[in-house]
Amino acid sequence: MSCFNRLFGRRRLFGELSEEIQAHLEEKIEELVADGMSRKEATAAARCAFGNVTLTEEDSRNVWRWPSVEDLLADVRYGLRALRHNPMFTAVAWLTIAIGIGANTAVFSVVNSVLLKPLNYPNAEQLVSLHQIAPGAPGLADFESGLHLSPSMYFTYAEHNRTFQALGVWDTGTASVTGLAEPEQVRTVEVSDGVLQALDVPPAVGRWLSEADQVPRGPQRVMLSYGYWQRRFGGDRSVVGRNITVDARPREVVGVMPKGFRLVDTDFDVMVPLAFDRRNLILAGFGFEGVARAKPGVTIAEANADLTRMLPIWMDSWTNGPGTNPHFYETWKITPMIRPLKREVIGNVSDVLWVVMGTIGLVMLVACANVTNLLLVRVEARQQELAVRAALGASWGRMVRGLLVESVMLGVMGGALGVAFAYAGVRLLLAIAPANLPRLSEISLDARTLGFTVLLAVLSGLLLGLIPALKYAGPRASLALRSGGRAASVSRERHRARSILVVGQVAMALVLLVSAGLMIRTFQALRTVDPGFTDAQHLQVMRISIPGALVVEPERVLRTQNEILEKLAATPGVKSAGFVSEMPMEGFDSDWDCIFAQDKNYPDNVMAPLYLYKYISPGFLQTAGTRLIAGREFTWSDVYGLRPVVMISENLAREMWGTPSAALGKQLREFPSMPWHEVIGVIEDVRERGVQDKVPEIVYWPPMMEYLFGNKAAQTLRTETFVVRSERAGTEAFLTEVRQAVWSVNSNLPLASVRTMQDVYDKSVARTSFTLVMLGIAGAMALVLGIIGIYGVISYTVSQRKREIGIRLALGAQSRNVQQMVLRQGARMALVGVAIGLGAALGLMGLMRGLLFGVTARDPMTFAAVAALLVSVSLLASYIPARRAMLVDPIVALRYE
Amino acid sequence: MKKTVQRDLFPGALEMMILQILRRQPSHGYALVHHIKRTSHDLLQIEEGSLYPALQRLLKAELVKAEWSISSTNRRVRIYKLTRAGAKHLEREVSSFERMLEGVTRVLAPGES
Repeated sequence: MSCFNRLFGRRRLFGELSEEIQAHLEEKIEELVADGMSRKEATAAARCAFGNVTLTEEDSRNVWRWPSVEDLLADVRYGLRALRHNPMFTAVAWLTIAIGIGANTAVFSVVNSVLLKPLNYPNAEQLVSLHQIAPGAPGLADFESGLHLSPSMYFTYAEHNRTFQALGVWDTGTASVTGLAEPEQVRTVEVSDGVLQALDVPPAVGRWLSEADQVPRGPQRVMLSYGYWQRRFGGDRSVVGRNITVDARPREVVGVMPKGFRLVDTDFDVMVPLAFDRRNLILAGFGFEGVARAKPGVTIAEANADLTRMLPIWMDSWTNGPGTNPHFYETWKITPMIRPLKREVIGNVSDVLWVVMGTIGLVMLVACANVTNLLLVRVEARQQELAVRAALGASWGRMVRGLLVESVMLGVMGGALGVAFAYAGVRLLLAIAPANLPRLSEISLDARTLGFTVLLAVLSGLLLGLIPALKYAGPRASLALRSGGRAASVSRERHRARSILVVGQVAMALVLLVSAGLMIRTFQALRTVDPGFTDAQHLQVMRISIPGALVVEPERVLRTQNEILEKLAATPGVKSAGFVSEMPMEGFDSDWDCIFAQDKNYPDNVMAPLYLYKYISPGFLQTAGTRLIAGREFTWSDVYGLRPVVMISENLAREMWGTPSAALGKQLREFPSMPWHEVIGVIEDVRERGVQDKVPEIVYWPPMMEYLFGNKAAQTLRTETFVVRSERAGTEAFLTEVRQAVWSVNSNLPLASVRTMQDVYDKSVARTSFTLVMLGIAGAMALVLGIIGIYGVISYTVSQRKREIGIRLALGAQSRNVQQMVLRQGARMALVGVAIGLGAALGLMGLMRGLLFGVTARDPMTFAAVAALLVSVSLLASYIPARRAMLVDPIVALRYE
Repeated sequence: MKKTVQRDLFPGALEMMILQILRRQPSHGYALVHHIKRTSHDLLQIEEGSLYPALQRLLKAELVKAEWSISSTNRRVRIYKLTRAGAKHLEREVSSFERMLEGVTRVLAPGES
């Protein structure tokens, strides 16, 4: 018989069974009657010989059933009925669990999409980032993002490696695209051969950039991103083969990458080949990120060893020019530290996400404790029923199962609603999009997340039911029959489970609130740090780039930039304007090199400490609000006159000459062929990489100088960040006027990265503010749930002890004493909870160390404040029931007898 | 209803007897009970009702099949028949039962241990 028949033929089957049994009885009766019995006697005798008809039928039917499943269904039906009959309880419990599960599901979906899922490339586990460090390099001793690869390194690695299938280097940049609509600044990635091969994502249209496209001064070809292709070409496949004008140069589109493709962690519009000219390469030029696909089975250690082996080959094969020692990089102690590409993409966000996941998990526990408390109350009300069932022989297991089924149902219902909450939560998260959360676009509720939800729902359901089930349906359940009468005052034991739950809640709430408190303190500390610019919301910044094809001579470039500044300064509401190679926290890598001082001695005169350098225009300091500590700033006549002047940061001045004023008049240069530049000004330290990071030493060059790129001819930077100070910054009207001002100088100049410094600043502290918001929400939820827990337990106790309180009052107890008695109970639970929570927090806060700034993980003030808050809130929560206890009328309370 | 002297049958015994009876002749429930009582000379006191769960188990295991028909006494009854699988099963059960019985008998036999 097929399963189908078994399930659906049952009714017929069971009908036949009854008929058969009836026929059996009839036959027997008739036989007995034939033997001379009366019909009545015969019926009795036949039934007697047959046994229990109903039981026989049930046993026979059970043969066809899955008894355990069907009993379970019966339990479920019973549980549903019980839940329906307590709508208030059900609503509160359901909602609490749903919020808990929803929050956990939402956060887990982020953790899953960002941290757990493999990257969006085929066999992504083989992909690595060619990270390396140079602990021996002086000055910039810690290359925060590691020592990047130079083009010569790339060629050496690509040609001599034994452990990689494909290997390439890449860099990000911007370019202007003209001739399509308005001039547009687009985000570019520049790739060497090997990058696309390593990532191995086939193009959506056309073909990859090939080795032939990497020939210097060869055919100019590009690829487009899917987004750019859709935006500018409406997804027209015939774009392949067309020319677009990138940086004033026509380039042929050879292909389009598919939707969602990112180069490691970078979104881009246009991909251009790097096309290194091998003949002109030197050892230096560490400006490129390396990405590679390891051969199957190659470990990170083997790949590192392979790179280490190739470093001497690199130094033997290339030079930094005549008279230099190629092996001097040995002193840098360059050490390959290859990392899985996923780690590179995720960056430091994994700390944050795990902390948030942990806190949300704690909130779930607090919520479960609350619902368990509710269940305990309910089960207590049903104690008589359970005791009677136990007395009638209901098995212990069956009763426990009944209670567990009910709580698991609550869990599953909560899970179902929770998924809806999670969906909304993820939408919300994507809407507030913490800008530096990687892989944001990949976040979704996938099968694994839903699996997690189901698991969480069932587990929390079991957890909820476990305590009530063990306590009341356990082997001693029959005791309740004896003590369950009204006459007995409530035993202390019956409250123990509930008090323990509340203590646990308080402890967990304390941990969560301390973590939120530490984040608040971190945020406060960040706020007090002087970032090196003032009044950020009134600083409008934008990137403007002047391509060589548009303006050829360097001096013309500077004049154009100068003219833009004048137009900007003349815009209504603008106080001043200036430009700089990059603003602090903008996220563009500054250049760095050896910096020599005339009055210092350096070994071999080739090796000097490495410092960051930037270029600033006259008027920039005043515009940005960056203070001049000593000396003066550049003037336009310094710049146009190519005077050898330089400014430095305060910490560099102190490091080299002790005080800022001592630095004035000293001489610096970058390499031996460059004339000495006189230090004319010292500038306050600037938080270049973000408020939380170390302040780097910086050298400030004028925006036009000789030997800028090694050769004597005066050069300028073609891409600068323009800064405008105005109260109108950020408004649409202002931006329109700013664009008009720029275009009145040259209508082919696109504006990119148009933001206020406040945006830039907020983005740089986004990790902290995101953590703060998440922990704040978690802490607030735990606090509210904790208050409800304490209030619930105290007021329930008071209602249970009404008679006892009545007797006390009748015997002459002062109502004030009664109130204190109740308050003491609340205080005791709060204090024990706080004590346990403090211990746990001391242990756990170490996990947050990486997220904190300007405050220790055991900040006594935060701990004390949170503890005080929790104790006072607990007292407040017990105060209301305590008042009620005080107002108990002994006559009314005792009349029940 | 249990008498103190009565022994419960061991699990599977009833099924084995049913199969054995059905092997000789297909019959309906009442006839089966009757047959067992008669041939065992009332040594086996089985509750008549216990036959039906056993029959359902055999049906489910497809060791017997059932059909409605009219009995010799002209009533509508359900006649059970042995299936091929049932015959095989019976053979196996009987031989294993005989081995067991022999073993038990030997152990219980006086003077031999």
